Amino acid sequence: MSAGRYSLEAPAALVARRRRGKVFQYLCLAATLTGVVTLVVLLADVLIEGVAWLTPTFFTEFPSRIPARAGIKSALYGTVWLVGLCALIAFPLGVAAAVWLEEYAKKGWLQTVIQTNIANLAGVPSIVYGILGLAVFVRWMVAFTGGRSVISGALTLSLLVLPILIIASQEAIRAVPGSIREASYGLGATRWQTVRHHVLPNAMPGILTGTILALSRAIGETAPLIMIGALTFIAFVPDGPRDQFTVLSIQIYNWASRPQADFQHLAAAAILVLLVMLLSMNALAIWLRNRYRRER
Amino acid sequence: MPTIRVSADGGPALETHDVRVRYGDAEAIKGITMEIPRNKVVALIGPSGCGKSTLLRCFNRMNDLVPSASVTGEVLFHGENLYADHVDPVEVRRRIGMVFQKPNPFPKSIYDNVGFGPRLYGRPPDLDDIVERSLRQAALWDEVKDRMDDSALGLSGGQQQRLCIARALAVTPEILLMDEPASALDPIATAKIEELIQQLVEEYTIVIVTHNMQQAARVSHYTAYLYLGELVEYDDTNTIFTAPHEKHTEDYVTGRFG
Amino acid sequence: MSKPAVFEAARRPGGGIPALSGGLGGARSRTAKEAAIGGLLFGSGAVSILTTVGIIVVLVWESLAFFRRVSVSEFLTGTVWTPLFVPQHFGVLPLLVGSVLVSIIAALIAIPLGLGSAIYLSEFSPERLRRFLKPVLEILAGVPSVVYGYFALTFVTPLLRPLIPGLQLFNALSAGIVVGIMVLPLIASLSEDAMNAVPRGLRQGAYALGATKFEVATRVVTPAALSGIVASFVLAISRAIGETMAVVLAAGMTPNLTLDVRQSIQTLTAYIVQVSLGDTPFGSIEYQSIFAVGLLLFAVTLGMNVFGRWFLKRYREEYA
Repeated sequence: MSAGRYSLEAPAALVARRRRGKVFQYLCLAATLTGVVTLVVLLADVLIEGVAWLTPTFFTEFPSRIPARAGIKSALYGTVWLVGLCALIAFPLGVAAAVWLEEYAKKGWLQTVIQTNIANLAGVPSIVYGILGLAVFVRWMVAFTGGRSVISGALTLSLLVLPILIIASQEAIRAVPGSIREASYGLGATRWQTVRHHVLPNAMPGILTGTILALSRAIGETAPLIMIGALTFIAFVPDGPRDQFTVLSIQIYNWASRPQADFQHLAAAAILVLLVMLLSMNALAIWLRNRYRRER
Repeated sequence: MPTIRVSADGGPALETHDVRVRYGDAEAIKGITMEIPRNKVVALIGPSGCGKSTLLRCFNRMNDLVPSASVTGEVLFHGENLYADHVDPVEVRRRIGMVFQKPNPFPKSIYDNVGFGPRLYGRPPDLDDIVERSLRQAALWDEVKDRMDDSALGLSGGQQQRLCIARALAVTPEILLMDEPASALDPIATAKIEELIQQLVEEYTIVIVTHNMQQAARVSHYTAYLYLGELVEYDDTNTIFTAPHEKHTEDYVTGRFG
Repeated sequence: MSKPAVFEAARRPGGGIPALSGGLGGARSRTAKEAAIGGLLFGSGAVSILTTVGIIVVLVWESLAFFRRVSVSEFLTGTVWTPLFVPQHFGVLPLLVGSVLVSIIAALIAIPLGLGSAIYLSEFSPERLRRFLKPVLEILAGVPSVVYGYFALTFVTPLLRPLIPGLQLFNALSAGIVVGIMVLPLIASLSEDAMNAVPRGLRQGAYALGATKFEVATRVVTPAALSGIVASFVLAISRAIGETMAVVLAAGMTPNLTLDVRQSIQTLTAYIVQVSLGDTPFGSIEYQSIFAVGLLLFAVTLGMNVFGRWFLKRYREEYA
């Protein structure tokens, strides 16, 4: 095949192959850029539609039938209440579960069942959690939660973000080098002492990063909260966990589904606020991850 | 440092002139000039990190795949420099094949593994013949002829390596580069590979990197001893292992270090 | 991995060192404390089991009440869904077809674009560009569903209306498009992970045979990563079926058994939201219909997720 032809230039067939490869490469690049372009267009659209409506009164007023007087005060307070309570519930539960799975559980059927179960729960649609929350927290536990209240919403969302939090915390715990544990055990520490004084502090940046990311998922959730009864027209802020409430995402839905153009602008403005909150949380998580990765 | 010119019939298969390789700031190959004679087995030996694999990868431009690598000097193949601007490395690799230390068959059928190379150039009508010929050359045909559609990953380590050799031969290269081809195999499989090399050298030129000196002594006609990126000594195998000119070579082959 | 004896010794109070265990009295309380802590931690892990049990019990319990009033066959095969109107019909097919329709459109967008992105990022992209593109895709995944719904309603549909005659304000096509964009990052990142897991030796072997980068990517790496890639498709489609707010805003809430993507339809998820937005009395059949539809949704998505993970596990073992 090669006898007599000593040239090492690309023969015609190879040139054609390379050309096909280049075309394919550009197609794949185009596919990747579609995602980027869509994101840019989406952000630009929201920005153009909404930025003019980000007045100070926007943040201090309650929703109103008159667009010029409408604001997100109740939604903003509700969101903060919700995420705060959710963090208080989900964080200890999630970290504790992760610690059990990584440090205490023996490799057996029980551990496998729980682990698989968590992975399955991570893929359950969020609205199913809403159904669960409706039946359990709003109805069955109405004496404790007060029905359609912030705490019901927080409990529902906690269950929703718990799998994500657990999986992220497990990874952070697994990343702690075994030598640290060995050193601690070697000095005679008990399992809990080792976890509390060595493993957890070491894994904490990763755990916090995962928690922040899980909570940023909670901020964007709408459907489960609609299900547990977060109302769409609230003109007060919650005073306690058993109060009724609304959240930013529901307010956005409310305004977006109204035909009048002004409400569309309000929705865009509220989206901007939500995106800024999300961006800040993600930036915080990334900063945390980078800061502690450098220190290692 | 002595670079011994080895005379060969019909011209050398490969010639290198002052080849240097840098990885970033570190110089891995420091100016090597040597000839690989046609239809012979040349062994590259030396302690870990001496650059023998790096040098081998210069011969088929595999170093191109490492972003931080830069190669200067010339590697002449039929008088043409492999590193000239107009040369396409893909074409080079078709003429100069390579077998790796860890057998790396594709997760496809045995037939599709061997047929992979020829299929790159279109749909050869005689693909069945090409596949059979390559497997016979690699002394694997009898063992797999009844299960050509089975996954290649079901073969033993030694069989997988012979499959990789058949796969490399299917594109009819002139030179076969082998980077420690038997180091991941058990002694029986190793012996089969060494036997295969003796058969293949009638049709191909073979350059083999090995850290096993006894293996070099068994299979090669010429041996090059490298140390820290330099070619210390290059002579016929008998000389290298019984009466080397350099003290350094003698220290290495007698096991005083490395 | 079995732990050496020193760990067993450490589990004894004081690690077997009498001085550290504070004497026998201290040892006993420490063991009790350790056991209590272990129990608490296990309890936290068990919460996840409780959640799953809770979901199943809640869905099945109320669905049983529902199916005492509506036959299962009418539910699964009926083609009219009007629980909130008179006369009431409970055939879930319009909702199911609506969900499937939106998911198929989403898949038609997300699979080529997601896979193409994965191949580009894994095989072609220079490192600097990759470090910029990957986070962008992650941001795309982090945008909430309502925002995509808003985008579909105020940008995508108006954009498409002059191009597609007969496109309604609420339509399945816009919903499918934005849901596709939403799950695109999932396919891209899971497929890219699968491709990165392909051993370097395989690529080297292919290059050494005289293959171009394109051929290595398409004839070696992608087939070798196929199980992970297919699993990512399944998981993405499951996500798409579970999507709610984007579809509610973009496709509307009209149960409509049709394959015409220009029309308004209602998905399983959108119906559940619709009922909750209204004032539905507890115990009414409309209330119970939430659970029946929810059970169907849960079963479908769970089935797909379990299949996706099983498929991944089974075919990944090929060369670990």
